[in-house]
Amino acid sequence: MYRYDDYDFALVRERATQFRDQVARWQAGELTEDEFRPLRLQNGLYVQRQAPMLRVAVPYGMISSAQLRALAHVARTWDKGYGHFTTRHNLQFNWPRIEDCPDILDYLAQVEMHAIQTSGNCIRNITTDPFAGVAPDEVINPLPLAEILRQWSSFHPEFAFLPRKFKIAISGAREDRVLGWFNDVGLRLSAPENGEPGFTVIIGGGLGRTPVRGQVLREHLPWRHILTYLEAILRVYNLHGRRDNLYKARIKILVQSLGLEHFAQQVEAEWQHLKDGPATLTQAEYDRVSARFGAPAYKTLPDDDADFVLRKAENPAFARWAARCVHPHKQPGYAAVTLSLKAPGQAPGDIRAEQMEAAAALAEQFSFGEARSSQEQNLILADVEQGRLFEFWQIARSAHLATPTVGLLTDVTCCPGGEFCDLANAKSVPVAHAIQARFQDLDYLFDLGDLKLNISGCINACSHHHVGHIGILGVDKNNAEYYQITIGGRVGNRARVGEIIGPSFPAAEVPDVVSEIIGVFVEQRRPDETFLDTVDRIGVAPFKNRVYTQRAHGTAKRPQQESVA
Amino acid sequence: MSILITAEGFSEDVWQTLPAGDELQQALPEGARFLFPLAFWQARRAEILARYPHVGLWLEPDAELSALFEAGDLPHFEVIAIHFPRFADGRGYSLARLLRERGQYAGELRAVGDVLHDQLFAMRRVGFDAWVLKDGKDAQKALSAFATFQNPYQGDVRQAPLFRRRNGTAA
Repeated sequence: MYRYDDYDFALVRERATQFRDQVARWQAGELTEDEFRPLRLQNGLYVQRQAPMLRVAVPYGMISSAQLRALAHVARTWDKGYGHFTTRHNLQFNWPRIEDCPDILDYLAQVEMHAIQTSGNCIRNITTDPFAGVAPDEVINPLPLAEILRQWSSFHPEFAFLPRKFKIAISGAREDRVLGWFNDVGLRLSAPENGEPGFTVIIGGGLGRTPVRGQVLREHLPWRHILTYLEAILRVYNLHGRRDNLYKARIKILVQSLGLEHFAQQVEAEWQHLKDGPATLTQAEYDRVSARFGAPAYKTLPDDDADFVLRKAENPAFARWAARCVHPHKQPGYAAVTLSLKAPGQAPGDIRAEQMEAAAALAEQFSFGEARSSQEQNLILADVEQGRLFEFWQIARSAHLATPTVGLLTDVTCCPGGEFCDLANAKSVPVAHAIQARFQDLDYLFDLGDLKLNISGCINACSHHHVGHIGILGVDKNNAEYYQITIGGRVGNRARVGEIIGPSFPAAEVPDVVSEIIGVFVEQRRPDETFLDTVDRIGVAPFKNRVYTQRAHGTAKRPQQESVA
Repeated sequence: MSILITAEGFSEDVWQTLPAGDELQQALPEGARFLFPLAFWQARRAEILARYPHVGLWLEPDAELSALFEAGDLPHFEVIAIHFPRFADGRGYSLARLLRERGQYAGELRAVGDVLHDQLFAMRRVGFDAWVLKDGKDAQKALSAFATFQNPYQGDVRQAPLFRRRNGTAA
């Protein structure tokens, strides 16, 4: 992965110093709460229900063993011994004291980490494919450009106070694993035959209150122009995005109100002034950044390792884990492996300090000392020799990092929810746990196959419930926690938002409702159909009918008085 | 009179805004140095130029700059003030950069309104060179903000992006 040079180090150290000074001035009353809030947010520091929350950046998901150990140290020293991986690669600490945060940031700066722009109305952490560099369907490795975008977006002087947050995802594979259709900007690298690599630029996607699938703004933007082109987009947004209404301030609303064509004309007009300017990338810069990533020292190995094949045949538990947690790799004899953070009883995405250290040791021993955090809130070790997977599995299992359910119903993507987050309307983790408890039978889960369940505690959709195959959204009804359910959402090239099946349910009913939905699937599925295949074939109506017929819904379970608001 | 901060230190602000009730038809005020609102300037351009040897311009964050560029107005201004009604309203950063880079504006560019210590560094990078801090803020302390970062990544109105400035040996 990318290693800092002196300039990179200086910047994170200067940032830590700046933040220490800001905290001191806030403590001295020189900065009001309102003045301090955007400053601390741009450093990932929220004030939450129980305590402050510090969101540490894991740029484009890449994290080293040394960094994992440093996070474990932070968790033990300044928090309660654990952290939480978000759906955008970052790691959140839920219990630091504000006055300790400058020390935490100083400490993290030593291992090339920071919390720069992990919140606030600015360009956020760039997200990418957790299988970047190793996926067999990859066309261009997006990591060097992701780092170039990280540098460009860090403290960009013109775009520190945008109308609202701004999220960019970049991918270089045939299949979209970055939610490219649902970011403010989705960038897809491609290499046309006889042509220079370039980007497809998708604009105006987003989930949250108003889920919108993005639209293609431009095809084949030569890669050297990416920074100037993004500056043109951001300048149009900065000047013309709405600032009068928080809920209408994202770029998707500007694109909708102008229309794609008119928006594209404005970007193009702006870009004509910036194009070929000093921010135009050079091959030398690309090569310099690439070189700082280093190249994994792969061994020459046969395609399929005999020991791996044999162990799977001998050991069903290992075979089961391998079926869900081991992923194909473009290098013969290697595999990418998911370390599941969905062990029963642990909040999805949570990781205890000793698990961080176990993951660090596994990465060091088996995967060149590097890991990635995924949009599904798991860790990926991208470069494991197939012949060592059995040994790997045994160690991972002892650290409770080998739950063999990746991509199955209980691999729940889940935000911290109402127990922690100030924004949440409802708790999310207990709902995840209730569903996980209901579906413990591994044979049954395996038989159900690929099934993505996402639970968000509020409409901000941090857990991407709209694009879950089954999505659960916590809502507030007359001060009671209710849950609305969608079906048929999906990520990937054909990403789309699921359909709401009807009125919401109280928490206690949610596992039953999920069981009923699964029941319809099991009854209706044809051989080899996934849940989504069946939903696409029969539509949402049969699910809706089952769920609401049994409850006589629409009357019995609905609160008698809807809130006027 | 407000204190004006520049990267070099402090001075007294000698520029005035128009008296309240600045309808476009009001008589031109007595005095030497005014920051005229954009619409006033555009409506009374010839009169203003005939009357005052020193002319300044006041821009709100929703100002449309293209007419200024097309009319070739920028060389008339000694000072352009960009108003920040709230410090979190970032439109003024883009306006500043456009004035400097596209308009080649070479006069003083000042930030006024809800202008705070922690915004000075980025403001300088997009082309501001003078600031009137919000009332009650410590101007002396704010000067330290200009030294926040030694080598930011991006280019700005003063220098090229870091990737064009690296000596290649720093590692």
